[in-house]
Amino acid sequence: MSLSAYVSGLGVLGPGLANWPEAAAVLSGRQAYRAAASVLPTPTLLASAERRRVGRTVKLALAVALEATSHADLESATLASVFTSSGGDGHNCHELCQALSLSVREISPTRFANSVHNAAAGYWSIGAGATAASNVLCAHDASFTAGLLEAMTQVAVDNTPLLLVAYDSEYPQPLHAKRPIPDAFGTALVLTPERRPSSVAKLEVSLTDLPFDRLQDADFENMRHAFPSARALPLLRLLAMRAGGGAVLEYLDVSGLQVRVEPCA
Amino acid sequence: MRSLLLKKFTAASCIGSGAAATLQSLLDKRSGLKSCDFETVDIDTHIGEVPGVDQVRLPEQLAKFDCRNNRLAELALHQDEFFDAVLQAAERFGPRRIGVFLGTSTAGILQTELAYRERDPANGALPASFEYAGTHNSFSVVDYVRRRCRLQGPAVAVCCACASSAKAFGSAWRMIEAGLIDAAVVGGVDSLCLTTLYGFQSLQLSSTEPCRPFDVARDGISIGEAAAFALLERAPTVPEPGSVLLLGIGESSDAYHMSAPHPEGLGARRAMQAALASAGLEAADIDYINLHGTGTPSNDRSESQAVAEVFGTQTPCSSTKGATGHTLGAAGALEAVISVLAVKHGFMPGGVHTANIDPALAIHYLKDNRHAPLMRVLSNSFGFGGANCSLIFGRAE
Repeated sequence: MSLSAYVSGLGVLGPGLANWPEAAAVLSGRQAYRAAASVLPTPTLLASAERRRVGRTVKLALAVALEATSHADLESATLASVFTSSGGDGHNCHELCQALSLSVREISPTRFANSVHNAAAGYWSIGAGATAASNVLCAHDASFTAGLLEAMTQVAVDNTPLLLVAYDSEYPQPLHAKRPIPDAFGTALVLTPERRPSSVAKLEVSLTDLPFDRLQDADFENMRHAFPSARALPLLRLLAMRAGGGAVLEYLDVSGLQVRVEPCA
Repeated sequence: MRSLLLKKFTAASCIGSGAAATLQSLLDKRSGLKSCDFETVDIDTHIGEVPGVDQVRLPEQLAKFDCRNNRLAELALHQDEFFDAVLQAAERFGPRRIGVFLGTSTAGILQTELAYRERDPANGALPASFEYAGTHNSFSVVDYVRRRCRLQGPAVAVCCACASSAKAFGSAWRMIEAGLIDAAVVGGVDSLCLTTLYGFQSLQLSSTEPCRPFDVARDGISIGEAAAFALLERAPTVPEPGSVLLLGIGESSDAYHMSAPHPEGLGARRAMQAALASAGLEAADIDYINLHGTGTPSNDRSESQAVAEVFGTQTPCSSTKGATGHTLGAAGALEAVISVLAVKHGFMPGGVHTANIDPALAIHYLKDNRHAPLMRVLSNSFGFGGANCSLIFGRAE
């Protein structure tokens, strides 16, 4: 049983990777990778009051969502969406847990509203005026792959174009010691049921018992392992190579997700 | 959409563990809300606590999942022979062909809140016993249920605040429709914790009284906890008379505000319309609406406007949150189970605690129980971030 869709827009942001063209250049070996901290842009999509309220996770998600939708020849407001993340805003979570551990417990209403796992999806829908269905998922280390499977299913079943956004950023201490995500990594794909002028490749996915693929390059393999959303890297590498091929993405302990890519000429 | 059969369902909330106890409380118009005495919480509010959660023990090999949220899941799994039905389904379809899709908003965050009180005074570290993946992470309850039931299909937590576990039905439906799985364990689990009790208070959205949805004097929510599950599979061509089906799902986003609903209920309206369209039904085909009905002034106002625009002012409606409290990420699944009980037993639960219906809310709100045959029921769930989902359940003739 396989599902297919066209990749019609891409966004990437991570350590040493400012955007998809840069990521594609290093993933395909055309340029050397240089490690650097992730730089998260101001979310210009949001009104200034909201801009001040959002943390790194939302900035990350909006940055990759904007990049992917700017490549796609589709109105952002019309896209359904799937947002997937292992954790949400770790700094916000820490501040809440810290405040609740004190004898006088006063927490900020903005922090509480931002603590929901669907904060990034909510801000995206407000900023982009996107009123279609939006699903928000978590599957710990399998969050990207679970999100891709949900997105591909939705494109196929509902026959609708869709924005997939996967993003993870760090917790401060003491949670960092328990969940050591080192920085911020996010990726977004616009998936469409039919080929469009902006389509870069046809994508097919199916569940498999085969072991998942690791990346040969040590920097990218470390990144793939460090961020749940970077479990996308074997797929992003195939898209960057602009050659047909397949890979098995890490998913749950009992299964992987086979992806096959066929570039649009 | 092609209907799905609810092969089995169950729920545990403050009004009862299991379908029979839940139904009896609704028939008796009994509320499970009580003055807040949870943990060390010092807020003047009411809560819906499930009795006996602390006494639940998880199997030893799943000890790393031990927290209030997973204990609540464990408690509910063993009501109404739900657990056995899942094991039988796994035998029938194979464990790879059954997915797990559960909604939660806070999972086991209580464990983290407690761990922050136990930080090492020298270096601030959390205690060694703290298990992030098994308790804190939103996926923890999904991972617990799939391991407990030995299922190996696709699994994911749906985290759309208070619409989470309604939307979980959508994820399950699509995967069955796509042919990736043959059956799904869907539902929601959310348990009491400090984050939500203090959080809703900080937003001035919780009431000091037991919540009174649609009352003229309503002034906020009462937080509850619940676990509710359904086992979904493809409906047979001719379903057995009396069996309950999931007929329609509608989802939308408000694109308006993070913690306030669209004032005219635009997103809610589109979710209900989409659910009707997916079921191939007209508004007049719905016999009863289980409202989201949280009991805040703005939520009930925008929902009543949306309901009136789609259904007019005659369709009987009520909120069951006066009985159960607002069980947040579990509310969609809990109210799905209540809707299924309504359809099965020909019974519309009257809203508990609501004394004087707000005359400004022009819908047919039921204060008293009503008995009448029901063919189709719609259930609403709306959440922070503007997430909306409506589900339609019906009885096979």
